[in-house]
Amino acid sequence: MTALLRHAEAALALLVALVWISPLVFAAWAAFHAPTDAINFNLSAPWTLENFRTAWEGAPWLRYFLNTFLLVTSVLAGQFFLCTLAGYAFAQIEVPFKDTLFVLVLLQLFILPEVLIVENYAVASRLGLLDSILGIGAPYMASAFGIFLMRQAFKQVPKELDEAARVEGCGTLGVLWRVYVPAARPTYLAYVLVSISTHWNNFLWPLIVTNSDTTRPLTVGLSIFAAPENGVDISVISAATIMVIAPLLVLFLVFQRRFVQAFLRAGIK
Amino acid sequence: MTPTLSRRPETAHALERRRRAIHGWLLLTPALAMLATFAFYPSVATVWTSLFSRGTRRNPSEFVGLENYARLFDDPTFREVAVNNILYAAVTIPISIVLALVMALWANSKIPARSFLRTAYFTPTVLPMIAAANLWLFFYTPGFGVLDQIGALFGAPSVNWLGQPETALWAVCAVTIWKEAGFFMIFYLAALQTIPEDLREAAEIEGASRWTYTRRVVLPLLAPTTLFVLVNAMINSVKLIDHLFILTKGGPSDSSKLILYYIWESAFAFFDAPSAAAMTVLVLIVLGAVAALQFRLLDRRTHYR
Repeated sequence: MTALLRHAEAALALLVALVWISPLVFAAWAAFHAPTDAINFNLSAPWTLENFRTAWEGAPWLRYFLNTFLLVTSVLAGQFFLCTLAGYAFAQIEVPFKDTLFVLVLLQLFILPEVLIVENYAVASRLGLLDSILGIGAPYMASAFGIFLMRQAFKQVPKELDEAARVEGCGTLGVLWRVYVPAARPTYLAYVLVSISTHWNNFLWPLIVTNSDTTRPLTVGLSIFAAPENGVDISVISAATIMVIAPLLVLFLVFQRRFVQAFLRAGIK
Repeated sequence: MTPTLSRRPETAHALERRRRAIHGWLLLTPALAMLATFAFYPSVATVWTSLFSRGTRRNPSEFVGLENYARLFDDPTFREVAVNNILYAAVTIPISIVLALVMALWANSKIPARSFLRTAYFTPTVLPMIAAANLWLFFYTPGFGVLDQIGALFGAPSVNWLGQPETALWAVCAVTIWKEAGFFMIFYLAALQTIPEDLREAAEIEGASRWTYTRRVVLPLLAPTTLFVLVNAMINSVKLIDHLFILTKGGPSDSSKLILYYIWESAFAFFDAPSAAAMTVLVLIVLGAVAALQFRLLDRRTHYR
């Protein structure tokens, strides 16, 4: 009886897993088949690359890929700089009002940039950041989450290393660069993976800030391309969607273990 | 303070401390400046904007106090959107948390192919919501969508899941749950792996069933994780709206419209910034309450940090 129950449970777990990947599997299958075959689930239909050709010619994808790449790297660079410095100060330096400041920083975990779109748009406009890659990335650079993570990581560095480096003649920045940054490498890796997947996928704020193809990232480009008004058929939409998610999906499948650990490390502390 | 005094050891110490404090401030300044520009100032400005009328060419905007809020509460669309969002939260939060827990228990047990299970459950997390919505269109499209074709096998009539007010919001909820459950699973999985094996062995020796062990030992140990996941799920029930742009655009007749989508629409389609600002303030109050809840509960279990 228990054995039967256990088999049923395993079967259920597998069924849920299949349901979970089915949207992706269907889209991947449809992307390689003619729309009429995809609609009729004609499993014996011939495979074709026609949908990818149509999708690729339908929008400046190369530009979108480039924009997303620039966006993700500039956000990463900004976050690395700001969060490293602030995390170090919060972890290791005695500053007046530090605790109050830290609570203020943590508040940003709840005051999401997504919610403040109305006024952030006004700010971006006044700073001349509208329709620029920097404008998409700027609100996310001083990430409270990143500051929090780096503070936790730096707190675990033994004081002796810090003092040894100071005896050797390192200044505050020297100690940070030579001792703390290398020691926190696993945390950086985790944060990089989380940040890349977040900003590769972000949509609402980029939609608001951009208004030309020279700045639109992939998600916004895809939403315009696949809009019902454009009357693109489902096979072509699938092809475009697969194209957009492929790099991140490949990255995920290759670094799967790291990815999962990254989210764990990022979330658990 | 004269130069000769600074030779004394305690004064030198005080100087050193002051020097380090200045360094600390310098290190904090860039991040604080960015936070001030893109989080603190906009929050305050939102409150300010919400107290003024919408300016037109003839009537410049003027201070109207809480009138925008009163107008909002009289707006039937806003009321419907608020109810929608409460339903959205009430459905997606518990279901995705329970699913996440079950998935984690499965992925952590001795089930065959469990690494495949883990990958399958987690995959939606790495997909952009916009792309995910495109994938789901395939399921929901009336006539030739997957759901309709499966229904047809059992003789069920065709259903326009996204096109009718009775089902649109639930169809949107399903996508959110699908996206979130695997993400939350990861946190449960991590917590499960920190539970020592001895506990299970002890429970087995005591003759406890697997269910008793799960309920009496595992679930209490997962409480901090559940709190963390719960707070994230609450935030997501405000934040996760990208799929609306593809699936329903809030329709039909506002039946699947959520508050952040309505904020976006008010500000950038209807150009009614004061109304959007008033809604934003209400959302910030709710998020602030969530924050206060988390800080209070976390204070009680300081070991968690």
